[in-house]
Amino acid sequence: MYEFEYQRAASADDAVTKHKRAEDARFLAGGMTLIPVLKQRLDHPTDVVDLGDLDDMRGISEENNKIIIGAMTTHHSVNSSELVTNKIPALAYLAGTIGDQMVRNRGTIGGSLANSDPAASYPCAILALNAIIKTNIREIPADEFFTGMFDTALTEGELILSVAFPIPEEAGYNHFPNPASRYPIVGSFVAKTADGVQVAITGAGPCVFRVTAFENALTKNYNPEAILEIKIPDEGLASDIHASAEYRAHLVNVMTRRAIGDSKIE
Amino acid sequence: MPTIKMTVNGEEVSGEVEGRTLLVQFIREHLGLTGTHIGCDTSQCGACTIHVNGRAVKSCSLLAAHVDGGDVQTIEGLADGDKLHPMQEAFRQHHALQCGFCTPGMVMSAIGIINDNPDPTEKEIREALEGNICRCTGYHNIVKAIGAAAKEMEQEFK
Repeated sequence: MYEFEYQRAASADDAVTKHKRAEDARFLAGGMTLIPVLKQRLDHPTDVVDLGDLDDMRGISEENNKIIIGAMTTHHSVNSSELVTNKIPALAYLAGTIGDQMVRNRGTIGGSLANSDPAASYPCAILALNAIIKTNIREIPADEFFTGMFDTALTEGELILSVAFPIPEEAGYNHFPNPASRYPIVGSFVAKTADGVQVAITGAGPCVFRVTAFENALTKNYNPEAILEIKIPDEGLASDIHASAEYRAHLVNVMTRRAIGDSKIE
Repeated sequence: MPTIKMTVNGEEVSGEVEGRTLLVQFIREHLGLTGTHIGCDTSQCGACTIHVNGRAVKSCSLLAAHVDGGDVQTIEGLADGDKLHPMQEAFRQHHALQCGFCTPGMVMSAIGIINDNPDPTEKEIREALEGNICRCTGYHNIVKAIGAAAKEMEQEFK
């Protein structure tokens, strides 16, 4: 690891100030991506601003029919939360599929979103549920947040404070994990609200995306059979040693059907 | 260089570290507690698993300075004198190791698993162990040991 100045933030404002004053700083949340990246010398910040003391950015509450999750809340906390399990069980389930026990004890929702890994699990829940990302300067709707591979609408030094999830009527998540890394090769999150059905896919492409063809069919008929014959083009999907683009396109359909509870698919 | 203080296995310790010093380096090189192993450079193997503030974490993926003021437990802190912790005893009884390199991380991880789920099924144990890699035994006896230890630990804390 290259040398850097370690700074510990006392508040969210203090974190933003410290970041601004430094030449080239990174916020440290759970560190489950940042620390391995620093260890591999893939990044060389002058300063690391540790958010570990910001207890007011941890926790889960319900306000105005939304579940509010603090940015520093760990995957374990979301997975084991009674509130999330009661109101959006698919989200609690998704949090329990991220990484492993040790990663879930450290990794945070804010860190995952800011990193925008193409195979991260949370982004498809954010997008399908129309979550709102609250930062130190504004509120960003989900469909404007993810802008590309490891890229978001966040500006330099902008800090995520919390994420608000509107409670859906029904939601489901399913993913096909890479057998080694356990990251989703393809993950699908389906959310049904009074306004219709939204489907978001992670892992398949460079960035999380929605599938309008599935959404239209499922809004008319919320049943796995409604999308059985809808083929997803493989153009633009990721292709690597783990899965070809064609295979990923196929999985997008299968994972979405599983997400809405098609127990017939093995 | 920041001076950090923490409780390790019930004892107050302190030391000067660089901002970039990893917790596992502090534990092994500053404190001489070499039971916590470094098995990879990519945060994948789980051999460095310890408990920080009661939760299982990979000490290779945390900055030592971040844990300033924290409560740390390593493999060295488990046994009570000559009496092994029930998880260590179960690993011994069930021959849940071959070369032993992954064992400290396996044991710390296993205790984390039982703390969250005191009566796991075999499938749950296998799934919960996904963050720990063993290259000798094929996990079979490790899974058996954890199941047996869960029953022991339940008895002990009743």
